Amino acid sequence: MSDQVVDARGLSCPQPVILSRQALQKLESGGVVEVLVDTATSRDNVRRAAENMGCQVEITQEGEEFRLTITK
Amino acid sequence: MKKFWSSPWGLVSAGLFVGVFAALLQKWGNPGNMGICVACFERDIAGALGLHRAAVVQYLRPEIMGFVFGALIAAYAFREFKPRVGSAPIVRFVLGFFAMVGALVFLGCPWRALLRLAGGDLNAVVGLVGLAAGIGVGVVFMRMGYSLGRSYKTYTAVGWILPVMMMVLLALAIFQPKFTENGPIFLSAEGPGSMYAPLAISLAVGTGIGFLAQRTRLCTMGAFRDLMLIRDPHLFWGIVAIAGAALLTNLALGQFNLGFVGQPVAHDNHLWNFAGMMLAGLAFALAGGCPGRQLFMAGEGDGDAGVFVIGMIVGAGFSHNFGMASSPAGPGPWGPVAVIVGLGVCVAIGLTMRQRMD
Repeated sequence: MSDQVVDARGLSCPQPVILSRQALQKLESGGVVEVLVDTATSRDNVRRAAENMGCQVEITQEGEEFRLTITK
Repeated sequence: MKKFWSSPWGLVSAGLFVGVFAALLQKWGNPGNMGICVACFERDIAGALGLHRAAVVQYLRPEIMGFVFGALIAAYAFREFKPRVGSAPIVRFVLGFFAMVGALVFLGCPWRALLRLAGGDLNAVVGLVGLAAGIGVGVVFMRMGYSLGRSYKTYTAVGWILPVMMMVLLALAIFQPKFTENGPIFLSAEGPGSMYAPLAISLAVGTGIGFLAQRTRLCTMGAFRDLMLIRDPHLFWGIVAIAGAALLTNLALGQFNLGFVGQPVAHDNHLWNFAGMMLAGLAFALAGGCPGRQLFMAGEGDGDAGVFVIGMIVGAGFSHNFGMASSPAGPGPWGPVAVIVGLGVCVAIGLTMRQRMD
């Protein structure tokens, strides 16, 4: 179960990354954030930003959208 | 293979391609230190269409069309074509307009700044510092919650509008029809608009760049922005590669001349080189992409990016008609005023279009 869901669908860079980082910074270790995006670019940018913050990322594709489950 | 495109090696490969072929395009006929310049080339297109009447800069540049086509092909090939619109397009039009105003005061877009640097034009250092400053202001607004809001999926045909416009421009470029006696399609007889590589080569190189840039998300503005915003050098490797590859190619081709004075299609007014690029950088940052990236996104079906492109072309028409564009002699009579107005407009956009950050 995630602590927070960030809906970044339709947002263009750098917003998905900014919103994801903000959510992750507020999390305690072990917390989970789910980020929804709808372009491959955003998916890759958010994944890279999360990994650079030392988090684990799992990605599932739902139709044309992507759900990134990020664990701190 | 997919991992390659999104890795630093992908960015570097795209940058190497751009740098080498930009220098070659110059060798093959494009103007000095202007193998590729999105701002100058869109200005030349505006001229060819008669949106301005500066006779020395009128030519339907196939590189611009190639950028869109290459991105379109890559997007479809890798199933990333996503028609989308609705993120404050009128604001993006205004941002494109002023981005062009600023770029034409400096006489170059971010890519041309890198190419001018790689050609030894030290005025490009001033321009790049200005660009970074403008992007830095944009980063401040981003941290304060600046957002133009989300876009929405739309009909496929909507995403095809800008690409079809580019196809029309290509047809006009190939056939060069005259629609009225003293009217378009114009083609410069002298000056930078008369200097161009063969059409097929320009188109092919542009298409190749469009493909690589769409795959790697190459973006000069993003490169600076991500360094400042999140300390991520991912995109920056791409622009280092552009400058490095262009420098080496220029040296090999004898296209390198170090200095401030007498550089091709350039002036050495440091204040307005800085300020013009600062305006351009801020506008690109607020719009989410450098002018090349906006063309590649338009090729992916992004109608908001398409509006930005149109704003730039219209801005070029205004810049020359209203004496805002610079020449090698220096800024135009209304260039400095236009830059100040543009900075004011962009700051107003940055301050008034913010979401509450929870």
